[in-house]
Amino acid sequence: MNRRHILLGTSGLLAAPFIAPSVRARGRTEIQFWYGLGGALGERVAEQVTRFNASQSRFRVNATFRGSYVEVMTGAIAAWRAGTPPHIAQVFEVGTATMMAAGPAIRPTHELLGEAGITLDPKRYLAGVRGYYSDTQGRMVSMPHNSSSAVMWVNLEAFEKAGLSTTELPKTWAEIRAAAQKIKATNAAEIPISTAWPTWVMFEQLSSIHDVGLATKANGFEGLDAQINLGAPIFAKHTNMLLEMQREGTFVYGGRDGDGFASFPAGKAAMSFNSSAGRAQVQREAKFRWASVVLPHHGDITQLPHNGVIGGASLWTLTARNRSAEEYRGVAEFYRFISEVEQDKWWHHVTGYVPLTLAAYEASRAEGFYTQNPGADAAIIQLSRAEPTPNSQGFRLGGFVEIRNIIQEELERGLQGQQNAETLLGNANRRADVVLRNFERANRR
Amino acid sequence: MQRKAIFNNKLLPYLLLAPQLVITFVFFFWPAGEALWYSFIRQDAFGISKQFVWFENFTDLFADPLYHQVILNTVIFSAAVTALAMSFALGFAVLADRHIRGKDGYRTLLIWPYAVAPAIAAILYIFLFHPDIGLIGRALKAAGIAWNYTLNGKQAMFVVVLAAAWKQVSYNFLFFLAGLQSIPRSVLEAAAIDGASPLHRFRTVIFPLLSPTTFFLLVINITYAFFDTFGIIDALTKGGPGNATQTLIYRAYIDGRVNLDLGSSSAQSVVLMIAVMALTLVQFRFIDRKVHY
Repeated sequence: MNRRHILLGTSGLLAAPFIAPSVRARGRTEIQFWYGLGGALGERVAEQVTRFNASQSRFRVNATFRGSYVEVMTGAIAAWRAGTPPHIAQVFEVGTATMMAAGPAIRPTHELLGEAGITLDPKRYLAGVRGYYSDTQGRMVSMPHNSSSAVMWVNLEAFEKAGLSTTELPKTWAEIRAAAQKIKATNAAEIPISTAWPTWVMFEQLSSIHDVGLATKANGFEGLDAQINLGAPIFAKHTNMLLEMQREGTFVYGGRDGDGFASFPAGKAAMSFNSSAGRAQVQREAKFRWASVVLPHHGDITQLPHNGVIGGASLWTLTARNRSAEEYRGVAEFYRFISEVEQDKWWHHVTGYVPLTLAAYEASRAEGFYTQNPGADAAIIQLSRAEPTPNSQGFRLGGFVEIRNIIQEELERGLQGQQNAETLLGNANRRADVVLRNFERANRR
Repeated sequence: MQRKAIFNNKLLPYLLLAPQLVITFVFFFWPAGEALWYSFIRQDAFGISKQFVWFENFTDLFADPLYHQVILNTVIFSAAVTALAMSFALGFAVLADRHIRGKDGYRTLLIWPYAVAPAIAAILYIFLFHPDIGLIGRALKAAGIAWNYTLNGKQAMFVVVLAAAWKQVSYNFLFFLAGLQSIPRSVLEAAAIDGASPLHRFRTVIFPLLSPTTFFLLVINITYAFFDTFGIIDALTKGGPGNATQTLIYRAYIDGRVNLDLGSSSAQSVVLMIAVMALTLVQFRFIDRKVHY
């Protein structure tokens, strides 16, 4: 390499920011992709994108880590308002209603694929995943990307110590409470039960599994005028049980969001609830034998638990004034690529998220992935064990992030002993309804 | 005497002022004006539909009993952080001002916490006070105290106040030390010769002479507690349990960035703007008079 080349290279670098992004990188069309997964999972996203870029020579996806899910979403919205949004934004599942209400700002996946001449049959995707991101006509609005479900984590050594069976794990809340009492009595673990994501596990999953709406209007799928349904008896029953278990010392609250799970891999909690994507962490940190199984149900309410709901995020295609058909085409190609069975299977195995497609699940099973990794299919079984009903297909509630926090706050007040279950649910219901009405007013066009 | 200005060009002064004015306008007046405008509007997250609602964002805000609690939280939090950070800093400064061996070492070490990022400071306090993994937290539990700041609002407030004050002690220490060193030795020696005890000297000579520093720090500390403690609260308690540690700035952040309710968040920013203007006015109008410069 002589000096001239170096000079040319340097001037090219300097000029790069001033050239429109879409013509950079040797004539490939550039696609901007903002994501919000950090750490090991973020590395997997980068790898996924590298695989796509290597698979063809027409498009180049540029993946950038933009902070937490909240930061990606607010950042993408701010960028859209300023006229420079990324092509693809990874938005967490609670942001779905806000994105879906954004009309001109988004390009629905079914439209995008139709324009690109790509056919992806919605039936290929896991029911629980597809339903969450589809409109009322069953058309996919965003592209499923990383989905998980909450599962129960059991410390088998603590169970052994307490003299409980490690093959017949408890399946109902009554059995779990009995097991927790035994663990406490025998002092087999410091904490009998803890949980991550209190609202997601104890309210959202609970409502879906028991086929009771968290809100009216099919959890908001049928209109912005939905109302919160925390007055339903199942919520009072479950909250009362949690408060009683806290008083007797069998349930220990460990904080908001994911905080409550820290005690499980540390070996302090005998049972805990968390996303199935917590698997990598448990595998790395837990120094004891453990199992992950489907979430429990209330045996006196139902014998046939319904499907659970997903967590995680999906990909949203954002619009911009001078975005070309070629750019949208590139986004569509990326979506097709990540839905391929081989790619999907790889993603499922390395991340612990559930596969997007049924085919990838079948292929993993045929390969014996679940016999080698027992419990890795707990979330998939939970998501697909029943055909989703209007009450269990997911949530389409405006301001859902805020509603989740409201329920969390009121639950904390209950656990502090400031209010009983009925007052707690009444307050949460009232405050959450205000959020829904504000969202309805702001988004009525 | 020549009274004529050296520059008689009328444009030049404006030209020279322009960079400063542009910066002030772009970075201060424009965002503040935008916040004021948004506080009268109800809009969706993307700004696709906007509706002028007059003072509705404000009336909604003040009708919310939780907002009253947030105001009370902020007052308690700011007063506690300011009092704690300033009194400890003054104590340390008085001690470090003595003629002791290795005082440079002490001074340097006392400045360290200031360089710690708020989020890291919060993590340190989690490792100290968390009921399950914290050193002090577990000791408290072992001693039979029902310690769990993730559920006990008062304990949570105590921990965030402690963390926020700890971070500010260094800054206050620096200024108090500089203030102490600028007090003429002769004055102190004269007082000592007159038979004033060290405590008496501190009360009647040092403290009054330190009053400009104290006043300056009071303003800085209240502003710090109001605006710069966001990181500590976010990493330690996220405003919980319930709303026990939610302050005005934290709630404005949550409503604007997490809940995407720009109208309410802007209204809260306007309330904060007015509060700070009032606070500054009160401080300079009333407290300033009692300070000896």
